[in-house]
Amino acid sequence: MQEGYRKGKIESNIQIASNIYELKISLPYTCDSLGEPGQFYMLRGWGAMDPFLPRPISICDISHGIITFLYEVRGRGTHIISKLGPGDELEVLGPLGKGFNLDLEGSIALVSGGIGIAPMIYLAKRLDAIKDFYCGFRKEAYYIDKLKDHVNSIFISTEEGSIGHKGFITDLLKPEKYKGVIACGPIPMMKKVVEMCKHEGVPTYISMENRMACGIGACLGCTIQTSSGMKRVCKEGPVFSGEEVVFSD
Amino acid sequence: MIDMKVNICNIEFKNPVIAASGTFGFGQEYNEYFCLSRLGGICTKGLTLYEKEGNKGIRIHETTGGLLNSIGLQNPGIDKFIREELPFLEKQDTIIIANVGGSSIEEYIGAVEKLNETSIDIIELNISCPNVKEGGMAFGIKSEIAYEVVLEVRQVRKKPLIVKLSPNAENIVHMAESCVKAGADGLSLVNTFSGMAIDIYGRKPVFDNIIAGLSGPCIKPIALRMVYEVARAVDVPIIGIGGIVDYKDAIEYIMAGAWAVQIGSGNFINPTLSLDVIQGMERFMLDQGIKSLEEIRGVI
Repeated sequence: MQEGYRKGKIESNIQIASNIYELKISLPYTCDSLGEPGQFYMLRGWGAMDPFLPRPISICDISHGIITFLYEVRGRGTHIISKLGPGDELEVLGPLGKGFNLDLEGSIALVSGGIGIAPMIYLAKRLDAIKDFYCGFRKEAYYIDKLKDHVNSIFISTEEGSIGHKGFITDLLKPEKYKGVIACGPIPMMKKVVEMCKHEGVPTYISMENRMACGIGACLGCTIQTSSGMKRVCKEGPVFSGEEVVFSD
Repeated sequence: MIDMKVNICNIEFKNPVIAASGTFGFGQEYNEYFCLSRLGGICTKGLTLYEKEGNKGIRIHETTGGLLNSIGLQNPGIDKFIREELPFLEKQDTIIIANVGGSSIEEYIGAVEKLNETSIDIIELNISCPNVKEGGMAFGIKSEIAYEVVLEVRQVRKKPLIVKLSPNAENIVHMAESCVKAGADGLSLVNTFSGMAIDIYGRKPVFDNIIAGLSGPCIKPIALRMVYEVARAVDVPIIGIGGIVDYKDAIEYIMAGAWAVQIGSGNFINPTLSLDVIQGMERFMLDQGIKSLEEIRGVI
């Protein structure tokens, strides 16, 4: 039996870039796993029913019983969470969803766009393969130092050229060098990654995002089209094989 | 000793708390969080004769005190439901209500005939889904059309028939009376309210269908008023639905005249909400010296 919403205690909640926050929480002790790379939690940082729905946030790291989330302030919900501080309580449900395949071997590329860097930290730590990390940002780069010790090479791009390659991260990716490519970021980026890899016959694994109400597979609000029918991002995903996702235009 | 039992259409529910259609899947997801046998009943996801993929584009949009949805009756179809989902539900010690949608009378009848031969306890006829073109919404707005549908379904059904009403009906009391006159054994109300949202930066509607269904605590006062009015007009059991998020909401519906309640959107914000409501109602009855729900049903 899974636990429903439980109270987490905020250890820290700091801004690390414009609109980007790093949140660390601890949960009451449990024998259950706190989560696997690619899984997510539903978070609610408010007591009453406004905002009505909790927010899905992916696991960035887990270490010594502390869960780290990296999130972008996008609306009221994440704004409220960003105002919380150490000692404050947060209601959480999770871990949820199906994470990354950790059995991949050989040389693997991890590709992130913007806040899509979040799940890559824990993934890089837990995936034994040889990893190169490609991270693209719009203006400022963040959190790259957290990955340094866990990957072989790091490639950076910013759309404005403030650091690394000026342009998109997909400009730098050479799929033919890898046995597999794992991506998380904006849909156009993931679509491009999948197309490039398909061309070279390299399998892809992508972490999808969508609006969610329940986070447990009941509301069917977050479904996406796949080659084998509609699938729920929160339950069958968020990680899907890139080949099976049908990208809408 | 307090008695939470309630008898609707000669079916005994162990308590009056039922999971609402479209918010509870076919139970499996919630079974990971609590024992489903604790529930009074479960309404299945809306079923149609044939499988439906549902709507494209954005399906969920949060509003103040609730949410708009445009799922579009995504479901596996009756046959697959019977084959793959019903065996699990049968094992739960709770009342199973099959919610049936359709876009034509023939479709409703086809679905009901298949369900007749199964172990489900009750059929809830959804004449009110706002999210499918011709998706029953027309049936839910005009009492004369609803009368026709219920009359036809009533003739083929071998299970008790509850009709789920739309708050978008031209006149909710006339609608309720028409359905009862046509042979409904009970009524459940309300389904979602027609609503919409606009993406002001894109200058376009949020939903591909433009109109979506509004649910959550924001609709409760209106839904409660409708239950109150309908309960005074008809003499079949009524199930109250709309924005219930705690036991107080549920008790309000009972006092307005409902025999039981359904929990909908509330399941999304807390998968164990139904249990909290059941326990809260029990405590309330104990504190208030209420021995059975009949004592407070329709007291106002």
